[in-house]
Amino acid sequence: MHFDAFDRYHEKESFIHHLDPRVKVVVTIVFIVSNALLPDGAWMAFAFAWLFLLLANVFSKLGLTYTTKRSLIALPFAFIAITILFSMPGEPVASFKLLMWNLTITDTGLLRFVSILIRSWLSVQLAILLVATTRFPDLIHAFEHLRVPAILTTIIAFLYRYLFVLTDEVLRLMRARESRSAASAGNRSGGGVLWRAKVAGNMAGQLFLRSYERSDRIYNAMLSRGYTGHLYTLNPHEMQSRDYFVTAFAIAVIFIVQIIGRL
Amino acid sequence: MHYSPVPMHIPDGFLTIFVSVICWGITIFTLGLSISKTNKALGEKQIPLMGVMAAFIFAAQMINFPVAGGTSGHLLGGAMAAIVLGPWAGMLVMTAVIAVQALLFQDGGLVVMGANILNMGLLTSAVGYGLYRSVSGQSNNKVKLAVAGVAAWLSVMTGALITSLELWLSGISDLQVVVPAMLWVHAVIGLGEALITVSALGFIFRTRPDLLGEGSESAMGSRNWAYVGGLIALIVVLFSPFASSNPDGLERVAGDLGFLNAGQSAPYSIIPDYTLPFLGETALSTIAAGVIGVLVVGVIAILIGRGMKAKA
Repeated sequence: MHFDAFDRYHEKESFIHHLDPRVKVVVTIVFIVSNALLPDGAWMAFAFAWLFLLLANVFSKLGLTYTTKRSLIALPFAFIAITILFSMPGEPVASFKLLMWNLTITDTGLLRFVSILIRSWLSVQLAILLVATTRFPDLIHAFEHLRVPAILTTIIAFLYRYLFVLTDEVLRLMRARESRSAASAGNRSGGGVLWRAKVAGNMAGQLFLRSYERSDRIYNAMLSRGYTGHLYTLNPHEMQSRDYFVTAFAIAVIFIVQIIGRL
Repeated sequence: MHYSPVPMHIPDGFLTIFVSVICWGITIFTLGLSISKTNKALGEKQIPLMGVMAAFIFAAQMINFPVAGGTSGHLLGGAMAAIVLGPWAGMLVMTAVIAVQALLFQDGGLVVMGANILNMGLLTSAVGYGLYRSVSGQSNNKVKLAVAGVAAWLSVMTGALITSLELWLSGISDLQVVVPAMLWVHAVIGLGEALITVSALGFIFRTRPDLLGEGSESAMGSRNWAYVGGLIALIVVLFSPFASSNPDGLERVAGDLGFLNAGQSAPYSIIPDYTLPFLGETALSTIAAGVIGVLVVGVIAILIGRGMKAKA
């Protein structure tokens, strides 16, 4: 497996790609907070927030299909919110019978449900743009600049660096399990659920030992190269005038979205 | 990649700002504690170890075993991380895992990340380690493994309960629906967690007992963790049936405390004839309420910490 197997970064030469990662992180978070603050049913504000997304998308040259396709990831979670369709007091919109329940969808319930979905959908899209236009190490570096404690960013950097190595390890373990789990046609391989759980647990234990021992070797290798407990970066970020301009512009737009949402 | 997260990663847009801010407050406070503790107790060697261990948890979440009807059991890892690395390091490792899941895979939101870290990282570590610590001095491995299994199951249940409470406070779902639904689903998921944790720990006991014995990272946590874990577990065990069977009672308590209003109503509706189109007072007051909540929690936590220190 290659080191960037998990990467969501899309190599492109675009305005957004070249922005300082700090700007992108801050704008993304402000945008998501703004969405959460918008009242239910603020359709105009939602539309303007979406226009803002479109603008960011155009300047990132990623194409609409890319973000739209990936933005569906948060949808399954909507199941949890589905009960508010029926439980909010309000005028009935539609009612139907499901098994033994009489369900009535109310207008306030529908309004709230749709608003939650839209907020979530808008928010996840800018997060997708953020990771698609920023290399992960740059992202971590941005968080370091934003005063996230170094110990956390360093752990995250290591996690990112060794994730693909350990994933390879997992794939090897799974391949080994599979190759020892032959079954004749019509029969299931292996023992009962408990037995299978035990095998999975042994694999996790094995993976733990291999990771533990590997971290020892990694540490020794790093020591021999002069590690003193601190990581350095080869591309330090510097805010330029256009970074300040974009931040100011984005915050102004988000502020206007908030005002529209409250009119 | 075939990696299937538990239905506990809350996406952005599902929690109100009020709930998100409170969760961030608790999370930041706890992480601050764990960073200062780990910095004191461990050398620079621990940082690569914790990083690789975070990757290990991430990778271990891919290991699954078929149960029935296409479903499969797999690992969340909070209890296991805390048991093998000690509670503070376990929390940091889980935080890194959840942060990367949110940043790289959009599994869980960014602004609600505080809540996700609290639910899946901090509480699972505290409960998992705390219960295990109460027997970790024993020489009988069978007892230790049995308790570790219960601890792993309860850690998942704790996360599920707090997640459903956050969703309820945000007005996403009804208490009488979300609490039983989340608890039942996770009672089953938790069994997978418990089985994998027990047999993984059993494997480590057999092959490298030194990693879990005296003087290992695992033994770093103080005995007080047993009380912390026991207390949280007790609250979950007592509270879950109450929340599922008597949601109206809980709703009334939250209403009396003013929590429900602060959590659910969007800031704009507090003053309906508010004409100035400003972000203004109302949003600010919500955030202020959140900050006050965080301060109260912080003071209580500090007082508890003081009390513990005095005892020790």
